[in-house]
Amino acid sequence: MRPIANTRTAAGIPTARLAVWWVLASEIVIFGGVLASYLMQRMGNPDWAAEAAATNVWIGAFNTFVLLTSSLSAVLAHHAAEHEQDGKKAARLLGLTILGGGIFLCVKGFEWYTEISHGMTIQSHPFWSFYYTAAGIHASHVIAGMILMAFVAKDAAKGLELHRVELVGIYWHFVDVVWIFLFPLLYIAK
Amino acid sequence: MAESIEHPGHAGGHDAPHDHEMSFWSKYIFSTDHKVIAMQYLFTGMAMGLIGGFFAYAFRMQLAFPGMEVPGWGMVSPADYNSLVTNHGTIMIFWVAMPVLIAAFGNFLIPLMIGCDDMVFPKINRLSFQIFFVSAIVLLSSFFVPGGAFGGAWTAYPPLSANPNYSLTPMGSSIWVVAVALEFIAFLLGGINFITTAMNARAPGMKLYDIPIVVWMIVVASILFMASVGPLIAGAIMLFMDQNIGTHFFDPAYGGDPILWQHLFWFFGHPEVYVVLLPAMGITAEIITVFARKKLFAYRTVLYTTFGTGVLSFTVWAHHQFIAGIDPRMAHVFTITTLLISIPIAEMCFVYVATLYGGSITFSTPMLWALAFIFEFLIGGVTGIFLGASGSDIYFHDTYFVLAHFHYTFFPIAIIGTFAGVTFWYPKMFGKMMNDTLGKLHFWGTVIPFNLIFIPLFVLGAAGQHRRIYNYEHFPELSAPWMQDLRQVATIALVVMLGMQLVFFYNFFASMFRGKAAGKNPWKSNTLEWTADSPPPHGNWPEGLPNVYRGPYEYSHPDRDDDYWPQNVPS
Repeated sequence: MRPIANTRTAAGIPTARLAVWWVLASEIVIFGGVLASYLMQRMGNPDWAAEAAATNVWIGAFNTFVLLTSSLSAVLAHHAAEHEQDGKKAARLLGLTILGGGIFLCVKGFEWYTEISHGMTIQSHPFWSFYYTAAGIHASHVIAGMILMAFVAKDAAKGLELHRVELVGIYWHFVDVVWIFLFPLLYIAK
Repeated sequence: MAESIEHPGHAGGHDAPHDHEMSFWSKYIFSTDHKVIAMQYLFTGMAMGLIGGFFAYAFRMQLAFPGMEVPGWGMVSPADYNSLVTNHGTIMIFWVAMPVLIAAFGNFLIPLMIGCDDMVFPKINRLSFQIFFVSAIVLLSSFFVPGGAFGGAWTAYPPLSANPNYSLTPMGSSIWVVAVALEFIAFLLGGINFITTAMNARAPGMKLYDIPIVVWMIVVASILFMASVGPLIAGAIMLFMDQNIGTHFFDPAYGGDPILWQHLFWFFGHPEVYVVLLPAMGITAEIITVFARKKLFAYRTVLYTTFGTGVLSFTVWAHHQFIAGIDPRMAHVFTITTLLISIPIAEMCFVYVATLYGGSITFSTPMLWALAFIFEFLIGGVTGIFLGASGSDIYFHDTYFVLAHFHYTFFPIAIIGTFAGVTFWYPKMFGKMMNDTLGKLHFWGTVIPFNLIFIPLFVLGAAGQHRRIYNYEHFPELSAPWMQDLRQVATIALVVMLGMQLVFFYNFFASMFRGKAAGKNPWKSNTLEWTADSPPPHGNWPEGLPNVYRGPYEYSHPDRDDDYWPQNVPS
């Protein structure tokens, strides 16, 4: 049973949305730690650029495009849930976002497969260690987001818990933003 | 369900009969009630505290009487010694101080003190404890795997921790990392609950400046934890990969950087000191106002000081690394920030003394603990100045002076602060009063031996006794008879102190059955938890949740006959 505490909004923000923001705050420092470590090492070791040159900017750019586009359908799903009260439409749009996440992961899998088969493994050089670790932690967030969205979409299709469409959307935008930091730092910086 | 949300008064009425039908398992083990979860954290923390204390006993015996068969443990081998000191530190900080001060008191006090029926996310709260409990089991299991438990110190510096060829604990070191990471996840979940609850679920009428200081401090501590632990979670992932899949983030032999781990660890590690200090400071504030019958001196100043401490605590971490080869110019910067952070903490101590000044003081057991906290923590704070200044730290680094210093900070926080809180809120937790005579016996029996343990260690540290040495007989300049005598004094005092804890445990458990009934408000306190029944039922106030009309510290108000003025009484 929901406690009365859960229904109060002394801060003026719905409790669930407030909690999502705090989850993101804690995530920011996790990615912040990885990226700050990488940046410190990268600036101290200019020779890593030779390794970084082997990353494929075009594949990275395509994935950036896919991921950002998937956020569009998350926004439309939020609109459908909040302004049109149309849970079925919101669920369909969330399905599109999940599809975007799936394409992102498939492309990433293909990319990693190619790189590993060319000898660029997680052990081969500190740059590649950071490359796989940072993108790997990010990919685990993509997977988590897809699973969460599947649950939210299942409820939304029945018209239940429509406010969660917005919450899962906020989380998905965060996953996007992390990638926007990873893409230039891992792919473009040579 | 919808009805109970609209009419708070009916919610408890619904719950109460339902409560009696619950089985033991759903009432005490898988409960979502914040008070039950608080007790789960408290008892788990106490059990881990006994284990951590036992470890200290085993390795202190080895130091005082090298090569002796330690009763209860047997011969302490060098590998045993390393895993005992490592896990003593790990357990006391992550599995005693954190669960008791933040999780147990946070869970018990936040909903009761802000006047709501539970945490905003009770199931996440339960999940938080379950993950924490699993993490404790994972950590302890490392003692039973091939190679034994991790022995590379609680700071887990690489390359020692990263490479099993150096640490010789191939499984123990990975289990250590996993346990610590699980524990962090548990406290992130709990912290999000604490922060959202305090932000959103306050009783009608409770403005920001009406929140009791201890709630503020637990919330600020949760935010500090959340903002500082991320880099170490990232570091733990990297360390685990170094150990198990052959990356070399931290191993200099393959282009890694061991100093990077130190930055990640201490960026969390130093705010962590304030994460546990703030709740203890808050508990002290509640106790001294009640037993001095005075308004807290400068409530807002304490609050701003707390925020200031929180911000500054992110800028001091490299004072742990003065001899790690960091740039001397950076050492200057961190010296300055470190000395600066002593200002807000000193200010809090002065505020507490000003609160006591002119009060009508009752020396009850909780009050003695609170006063001892201020006094003993002050010693810890003052000796910290020697270590925060990079010049003197180069001499003191990694000696027993450092060890005595941080025990003079952590012991007052985790042990004295906890006993202050437990003896103060015991009547609310269990509905009975503890025995005051036994309480005072336990107080003196803990605080006097505590000083007898660590004052000798200050002396030994200043004389150059290095940390993490298994047997000082191998070092002629460190095995002078007077030094060995001091080691034995410290060890005997430790054994006495551990023995005195039996008095506490007897008092704690016997009072549950034989104690005098406490009533709702035995200390005549103002805050909301004392307006609920003792112990509060599920839902806390079945008759309807309270409203708030004033701040928490209106003691000895000139216009009132009573010397207290509860927050929920209309003017």
